[in-house]
Order: sequence, then structure tokens, then C-alpha cells
Amino acid sequence: MTHPAELMYSKSHEWVKFIDETTALIGLTDYAQDALGDLVYVNLPEEGDDVTAGESFADVESVKAVSDVFSPVSGTVAEVNEELIDAPEKMNEDPYGAWLIKVENITEKEELLTAEEYIEFYENEEA
Amino acid sequence: MKLIFERGKEGQACTLMPACDVPQVTLAAPKREKKLHLPHVSENELSRHYTELGKQVHGVNDGFYPLGSCTMKYNPKVNEKAAALPGFTNVHPLQPAHTVQGCIEVLKQTQEMLCEITGMDAMTLQPAAGAHGEFTGLLLIKSYHESRGDVKRTKIIVPDSAHGTNPASATMVGYDIVNIPSAADGCVDIEKLREAVGEDTAGLMLTNPNTVGIFDKNILEITSIVHEAGGLVYYDGANLNAVMGVVRPGDMGFDVIHLNLHKTFSTPHGGGGPGSGPVGCKSFLAQFLPGLQPVEKDGALSLVAPENSVGSVKAFHGNFLVVVKAMTYILMLGKEGIPAAAKNAVLNANYMMNKLKDIYPMAYDTVCMHEFVMCLEKMKHDIDVSAMDVAKALLDYGIHPPTMYFPLIVHEALMVEPTETESKETLDEAIAVFRKIYEDAQANPAAMHECPVHTPVRRLDEVRAARKPVLRYTFE
Repeated sequence: MTHPAELMYSKSHEWVKFIDETTALIGLTDYAQDALGDLVYVNLPEEGDDVTAGESFADVESVKAVSDVFSPVSGTVAEVNEELIDAPEKMNEDPYGAWLIKVENITEKEELLTAEEYIEFYENEEA
Repeated sequence: MKLIFERGKEGQACTLMPACDVPQVTLAAPKREKKLHLPHVSENELSRHYTELGKQVHGVNDGFYPLGSCTMKYNPKVNEKAAALPGFTNVHPLQPAHTVQGCIEVLKQTQEMLCEITGMDAMTLQPAAGAHGEFTGLLLIKSYHESRGDVKRTKIIVPDSAHGTNPASATMVGYDIVNIPSAADGCVDIEKLREAVGEDTAGLMLTNPNTVGIFDKNILEITSIVHEAGGLVYYDGANLNAVMGVVRPGDMGFDVIHLNLHKTFSTPHGGGGPGSGPVGCKSFLAQFLPGLQPVEKDGALSLVAPENSVGSVKAFHGNFLVVVKAMTYILMLGKEGIPAAAKNAVLNANYMMNKLKDIYPMAYDTVCMHEFVMCLEKMKHDIDVSAMDVAKALLDYGIHPPTMYFPLIVHEALMVEPTETESKETLDEAIAVFRKIYEDAQANPAAMHECPVHTPVRRLDEVRAARKPVLRYTFE
């Protein structure tokens, strides 16, 4: 399992890649995709929708369950990765390439973890 | 196996029609442009087709079926006998009431008995299944708030261990969902609930015993917190089998409930049922009930719509013959048998749990109710044998797998509900199988990924089934 050092992570298992101060890509972590199992469906927001830090903005369905995906930041959806709608398996195959949404005008973000902190966090959670 | 369309050939049929002795006429219009694709099979082939289909599945009549939260109890044959009586089958819902007094009496008596068992004041038998009942019950809650002009209540609180249908039903009714986490003991986190309730709370949806098989000891405090905030409390009857005739949701403070007759009251479950999800409520909500209510006047029964009814949620009186089966079950068990069944369900679950917990860690190591949840996270981590692998291995021993990967708050969960209708001998056999699978897994973990090996079909490709489902036969 890999967790690139240049990304930030949320406790609800999303990664955030800041492009600049107020713009970021958001996706599911390697740990999240592994725990969920094979993803078969994703329900994404629309361009222009507002997202709020700590609130659900999408849901993903695996063979095990349907799970909410939470936004680690507050802002506006600038772009949606529509490729995932037809190919949800990309989130399993390449979790850091398969971003879900691009958020702009970020006004707020929740407490984010570094890769090292994130690994420590989920290992504690498991134990 | 071959599908029905792949069997037989043109010209084969189940009946031989006599030669036509009148002139043949072809209707001008509307004329079908293409010939219908109908199977051409003899009666013999048709019979074999269904027998073969029957061999591909596993039902309560085939063997142990401990599917947690689904209460796959045995369906007594006497239920079928009662439901097949001509007085119940040769009737039409639009017949004048005076010609179907017996049927209305069934509706009335069943409602009264279910009210007595649950501590409710009124009941509708119209909803067709559990989630349909949830939807109906939430409509009552919504109607109540709206009737008081209290329109700011837009949120339904749901614990994180809830059945997925709870938030789904609340969303269907137009409510927003507030998810609250469970405490470490699997019960409702009282402090989190206090923080969540307020002027926007329409209600709380809860099942007790809860989804991890534990009776929430704080239930009176929970319902009063919601009531004090002005909300109502909804009881999901999925787990009523653990407590029926022992404690009543109405006495715990619940305002609305749904029941699953196909779980708790021994009517067929799965394979299309059909189900039945009666909704009960306290008297102040009875005015909103859907459908028609039986009313007795001068010794005659008639059917009347409640004053402020939400309308109908299903045609006529719901799945009437299912109600007949449930009534038969209640009358057969009687007031001693109903609690005895519940207690035996709890005993069976605790027996199995205690015979397995030395090798299969329990998510909550405490006295359970009618079901228990195993957590196979360690096994998955240590030898890469998952809950799914164990479930698939059970199939090779003629046991239906427990519920897998639910509740979501327990990782690698297997949720086992033996039900009261299994004997100690059956439980002992199942325990031996679980233990054998554990030993096999330790000895040869890789082989577990191949299970099942003795079933008509091997491990199915669930991912492909979800991503690229084939839902109908395509003709060449």
C-alpha cells in the first residue's frame, strides 16, 4: 500500500492534492480502496456544486457496501472526473490518478494529515 | 444449466389442442409485427427445468440458514394450509363488505394481536415489506409535524449501525439524514445523540436489539431525549424476534414501528416472499394511517379510511394471504409460545457464540440477543482469509452463509442469526463446521480462496455482475 508524501490525507480516507492555495484535487486513498474492495459504481456531484468540509459529496459502491465520500475542504466543484462513471475500477487500480473532483475557491479545510501521520492514524484505528 | 429458451424446439408444447372446428379468422388490427419469443417445451421438460432451478438454490428447507438480521426461521406448513382455505382465496377486494366478514375479521384480529405484541394502539397491514413500512412510518411522522405547522423539522437521525434502508427511506420521504456514531459498546452514544437533536429533528430511527445484536440498555433515555427535542421515535422491527412477547417497543417509548411478517412471524422470506411490513403507531398518529381500517358497528365489520390518511401505499389491503399466515403463526404459538420462541432464539445465538468465540473473535464480547457478529479482521490480516472466504467455505457444507460485511462498523463481519427453529443438534453440526473451516484455513489458507468447490456453481464473479449485469435473455 502506498501513500505519496506530497499529498495530504483526511481521517475519513480521502487524499487532497493542492494545485494552488485555493484549488485541489480530491480522491480516495489506497487504504480506502483496499478496504472497500472492488468498486462498481460512483455517484459524483456536478460542476458548480458547493462542497463543505466534513460533509459527503459523493458515494461509492463496492461489492461489500455503499459508502459516503467526505470532502476535506469547503469550496466549489470546478471539475468532475467523469471517466470514473464508466470505469470505477480506476479507483482500485490507480487511486492517486483517479481523482473524483477538482475543488476551487477553497475557503476552509479540515485538519489534514501528512502521509506519515495518516498511516499511523489508520494503523491505530485497526488496532 | 440451460435456460428455458435454450430448451425444446419449435412445435413442442405442454398441451395438445383439439382440431379447430370453426373457421379461422385473423384479426385485422392491431397486429403484432414480430412473433413472440415463447419457450417451446413439453410438460416433461418444463418440469425438469424448474426442478433443476430448484437445485441451484439453498432455502430454509434445504438446511441451516443463519443469515443475520434476516430471521430465516422455518415457515410452518400449517400457515400454508390456512392461507389456502377457499374463503381466503376465492374472494375479491372489491366485494361488498358483508360478503367478506371473515376476511375483515382476519385483518382486525391480526392488527389487534400485533398491537398487543408491540405496545402500539393502531396498525396498518398495507405495506408490502420492511423498507415499504419504513417509508410509510416516516410518512406518519412527517404528517404529524406538518399537521402541527411544525415545518422546520427536516432531519432524521440514524445511528451508523443502522440498516441501509433507514437512511434510504428517510431520503425518499424528503428528510435529510444525520448519522450518529455508536459508542464503544455498540449502543447509541448518548452524548452524541444529545448534540444531534434539536428544533430541526423530525425523528430518530432505531432498532432494538440493535444491528450488532445487543439490547440498548439506555433505550428509555434515548427515546426521552428525542421526545424532549420534539421529535418522534421510529422502531425498525427487523430484530423484533429477539424480544417479541418479552418487551414491547411501545413501552420503550417508540411512537411508530414497522414489523416484518416475513421475518418475525414466519411467513416466507426471500425468493419473492411476498413480504408484508405492517406499520403500528400510537393513538395520536392513527388518523394518518394509510389504506382502510376495519371498524365494527352493530356486530358487522366494515372498512373505513382514517380521518387524515396519507392515502394508499399499496393496492387494497396489502399482501392479505401473508397476513393470514402470520395470524396463524401467532394463534398457533399463543401468548406462551411467542415469548418462548424469542427466548429460544436468544439462547441459540448465545450457545453458538460461546462455542465459537475462542477461535472467531466477537465484535462485542458480551451476552448477545438473537444474533452475534464475528470480526475476522485478524484472520484476514494474519493469513489473508477473509469473511467472504469463510462464508463461501460454509456453502460446501450445505450451510447458507451468515450476513457478510454488515454492519459496516465491524470490519470483516459475519453476522450469525440461528433462529429459534434450529435444534441443538443442528447448531452443534454448524459449530463443528465453523471450527473445521477455521482449522482448514490455518493449515492451507490459499485453498480457502477456491471455495466453494462442491456447489452447482463455484465462486461467482460479483464484480462483473455489478459492473456488467446481464438482466435478460437476448435472442439471436
